[in-house]
Amino acid sequence: MTPEAIYEKLKTDLGEEAVPELHPVSDKFRDAWIKVAPYEIERVCEYLKTTPDLSFDYLECITGVDYPDDQNIVVIYHVYSYTARHRIVLKVFLDREDPAMPSVVNVWSTANWQERECYDLLGVLFEGHPDLRRLLLPDDWEGHPLRKDFEEKEEYHGIPTVRPNPIELFKIQIPPK
Amino acid sequence: MSSTNTSLLNLMAPPKGWGSPKYADDGGSVISTNVDTVVNSLLNWGRANSVWFMLFGLACCAIELMQTGGPRSDMDRFGSAPRPSPRSSDLFIIAGTLTYKMALRVKRLYDQMSEPRYVISMGSCSNCGGLFQYAYSVCKGVDQIIPVDIYVPGCPPRPEALLEGLLKIQEKIKSEKFLQMRYGVSQSP
Repeated sequence: MTPEAIYEKLKTDLGEEAVPELHPVSDKFRDAWIKVAPYEIERVCEYLKTTPDLSFDYLECITGVDYPDDQNIVVIYHVYSYTARHRIVLKVFLDREDPAMPSVVNVWSTANWQERECYDLLGVLFEGHPDLRRLLLPDDWEGHPLRKDFEEKEEYHGIPTVRPNPIELFKIQIPPK
Repeated sequence: MSSTNTSLLNLMAPPKGWGSPKYADDGGSVISTNVDTVVNSLLNWGRANSVWFMLFGLACCAIELMQTGGPRSDMDRFGSAPRPSPRSSDLFIIAGTLTYKMALRVKRLYDQMSEPRYVISMGSCSNCGGLFQYAYSVCKGVDQIIPVDIYVPGCPPRPEALLEGLLKIQEKIKSEKFLQMRYGVSQSP
């Protein structure tokens, strides 16, 4: 099915509040995406998975992007169907100060670790997640490094986080060519 | 039942106050210079030809480390075999990108090794952070947590380069005074 047909189906069955807008394919390399209201994401995903001619059975990827200019954190879902062989992209726009949204672990269990990664690097709180811990960084890490305003600490457990430039350290003069 | 003052050994001893603590090959010791040199060179010959390294890889350099153990550049011909435990290994090859999460584990593994122990820092990442110099999660050089004997440059180093690092470790072992390191200062009687 084309993204337009999927969007029409979503809009008629779930209402326009759940899926406010569709961005169609703008050029050859960009996927069409559907904007989803944050607290409707679980209902939309359940619908996408269980409707027979949609049957999105595979959650490919959950990503997060920080847009400090718009005060937004956007969580992006790439969903694919092996049986119907079509793909759709969902985007959820969250407030940057308080990024919280429902988890979709109950729909696709592969979302477990992907949401943990998103929480780890961007600090998005997934409500209803069974085990929302950091996935990649150490448990005692402070901050979420993929946020644009993240600043590196001076040291981590006594290990300095900078290394002096040897050229400046030893005052090496590089001769001009 | 004579006291130790009249024993034959004590008659041969240097006068009191003559001997202050010193190294064995400084003279006036039970180990004379020649014996010391011979024993040291024998011990070092054995140690240098059985440098067992810990089988521990962190990133893509570990692939090159495995290749160095492979048949083409056989690390085993220098007596260097992989060991599964830090307790039984002499050499720690830091092969790959060291993250902060792993740095604490590497420090613990190094502390578990028994002395004398040697460290090769293999590749740009463990030398100085390398490609990931400005990353938030990567340790900028393994020498910020443990002492390093040999740095092997490269990204990743070829097996020949790592073998040269191993030969440098052997040279270093052969130049050491193992008896003195192991038993410390020898007291004159």
